[in-house]
Amino acid sequence: MSRRVRLTVVVLSAFVLLGGAGAYVAVSVADFQAHTVLTSAQSTAPIGDAGSADGATIVFRSTDIANGYGFVARVPAADPTADRVLTGVQCDRVYAATTTAGDTETICLRIDRGILTTFSANLLDDSGATVRSWPLPGLPSRARLSADGELVGFTAFVTGESYGSIDFSTATEISTTDGTDFGNLENFTLIIDGQPNTAVDRNFWGATFTGDDNVFYATAATGGNTWLVRGDLAARTLTSVRETAECPSVSPDGTRIAYKKNTSTGVIAHWSIAVLDIATDKETLMPDDRNIDDQVEWLDNDTLLYTMPGVDAGDSDVWAIPADGTDASVLFIPHAASPSVVR
Amino acid sequence: MYISLPDRRARKSPASAGIPVTRVSSVVVTLGIVSMLTDISSESVASILPLYITGALGLSTIAYGFIDGIYQGVSAIVRIGGGWASDRADHPKWVAFFGYGISAAAKIWLLFASGFAAIATVIAVDRLGKGVRTAPRDTLITVSSDDTNLGRSFGVHRMLDTIGAALGPLLAFVILFFLPTGYHVIFIVSLAFATVGVILLGLLVPGRRPRRERAVSGEAARPFRWRALADPRLRRLALAAGVFAVLTVGDGFIYLVLQARSPFAALWFPLLYVGTNVAFFIFAVPFGRLADRIGRGKMFVFGHCGLLAAYACAALPLGGAAITVVCLVLLGAFYAATDGVLAALAGEFTPKDSTASGIATAQTVVALGRLIGSTGFGVLWFAVGSQIAIAIVAVALAVAIPAVLVVMRPLITERQRA
Repeated sequence: MSRRVRLTVVVLSAFVLLGGAGAYVAVSVADFQAHTVLTSAQSTAPIGDAGSADGATIVFRSTDIANGYGFVARVPAADPTADRVLTGVQCDRVYAATTTAGDTETICLRIDRGILTTFSANLLDDSGATVRSWPLPGLPSRARLSADGELVGFTAFVTGESYGSIDFSTATEISTTDGTDFGNLENFTLIIDGQPNTAVDRNFWGATFTGDDNVFYATAATGGNTWLVRGDLAARTLTSVRETAECPSVSPDGTRIAYKKNTSTGVIAHWSIAVLDIATDKETLMPDDRNIDDQVEWLDNDTLLYTMPGVDAGDSDVWAIPADGTDASVLFIPHAASPSVVR
Repeated sequence: MYISLPDRRARKSPASAGIPVTRVSSVVVTLGIVSMLTDISSESVASILPLYITGALGLSTIAYGFIDGIYQGVSAIVRIGGGWASDRADHPKWVAFFGYGISAAAKIWLLFASGFAAIATVIAVDRLGKGVRTAPRDTLITVSSDDTNLGRSFGVHRMLDTIGAALGPLLAFVILFFLPTGYHVIFIVSLAFATVGVILLGLLVPGRRPRRERAVSGEAARPFRWRALADPRLRRLALAAGVFAVLTVGDGFIYLVLQARSPFAALWFPLLYVGTNVAFFIFAVPFGRLADRIGRGKMFVFGHCGLLAAYACAALPLGGAAITVVCLVLLGAFYAATDGVLAALAGEFTPKDSTASGIATAQTVVALGRLIGSTGFGVLWFAVGSQIAIAIVAVALAVAIPAVLVVMRPLITERQRA
């Protein structure tokens, strides 16, 4: 081939391949947007007033490509397969609670997508207005509010020098919703089995609150091991409670803690859900053998909710399982993620 | 011992014959565009991989950390192999083509991979390709350039390469902005860019045979020998580069220090690396030209003053946007002054029949040195705190720069005599 022929082949193939890829992007975007623009036909509501006189509400992130993908939605806890009510708020991880004043408060972790993508945690009031906002160092992971709406905690991955280099480092912060920051849990004193621990690779994630606004639980990790730790906000300490337990969640009656437990002995983790009875220290493994990577939410004192990835990329479903480990899991809300029960 | 070391300045290669010596060869520009297309492809996927693995596939980030380890390790191991194969076969273009080709092929697999093992394999193959192609490609740049413009040639190549590395993530995130679940769309776009890069390399980059060309032009050509790598100048360079590499802590640590002190850096934390990349591509060509003028050995040593200044910036108890921006610019300038220059120097200090192996050796020393440096710095960080740790490394680097200058002195003065 002469140089001219080769040049022509290169230009033509670049035109066909890059042009084809561009056309594919355009068609995919048009198709997606045709499905996801909120239409007047869909039932929508402001983000507030989630709790109602009719009983508890499940606030979650919709992952339904055809119905409000990425938007915060809600269904009645008593009728989870009812038509979801979509709010106009988009979150990548969401958690809501009712304050003592009776308002709905929402913590919304967001990937602020754009040419320059950043990450943020946003506290929304009853009207959906942003009350406070914190920049996050990377991908959102977990978000929690205390049951009285006084405390907020959130975890993000530390993305570091590039998007491509998460080396499993996490940052977890706790604040009061009215403006006092307790800061990164890395600055708390970690006590494992009675010994202060200042290891190089300490990481903290998945905070959860209790009925006592000074006490919380979280995960601490160092040297490849994880611990369920009990935090004291006033003393700024984290004390180990039990080894191999992550992303705790305290039952509404405060007697049990559900968490994910790595049951694999190999390099790759396999998580199951376990429930610990605080009084008796008895751990019960839930009979769902799938790999479950979520911070569990308690539907009520007897039932756990958690998210499982769906068949399509980006889709997921919320599953329910009895908290005493006596029965198998059932599909609770299809095409949903990040459930929280607003009472 | 290999003694005959003809001065590279006297070399006349077909590509440079008849072209004004200061102009960069079209082969170098073409290789730069190939790298740009390939980096758009690789970085667009790499940037969204954590999201895809954790968000879409529902795998854990511990699994991701494992994949990332494969990423770094595989590339370093096969790098020397790529250099050796290139010298041995005397076919740098086709060894590089193989490297670019398997990375493109990995993008096809990515469309169908859905489990942890599958993704890990695809990433390993992609990095394998990167490791294999780097040294032969830098050899092609070397043989297509002249001693008077070698620094500039590498500057042009690294500029185009870094533009690709900056554009890839932007492209991926623009697609995700409009299409939050569009991972497969990104994979297809990535495959298209990689394929165009491979076609461009295959059809428009001439298949140079450095050893045979010299044999034809009457120069003594010897087959590749490992002991060619025992050239004392290459050893000195490797020692110097190794010492510097151990004192080069990962950019991530510097970003973490900035983030802890400056609200501006905290807000833009996930994007600080973009600032470094922009400074890198702006400075790549001017610094390459400067290296040709003042001597590449000097440029390599003084480039580390940029790193030292970046450490000083990070260690100073000052917050604010300006100090963050200055720090990123210094980091980018450091890479622009040292990355391509190292490959140029390694090529210069290796017998011509072993160019690719020499370049691969220097780059592997740097990769391993940085791995050791970052690991050690991580320990120091938690032992004495970030501020003091940075200060310690800054002092060590301040001592190392004059020391390395002494080590490199024979290499620098030799050039000036030549």
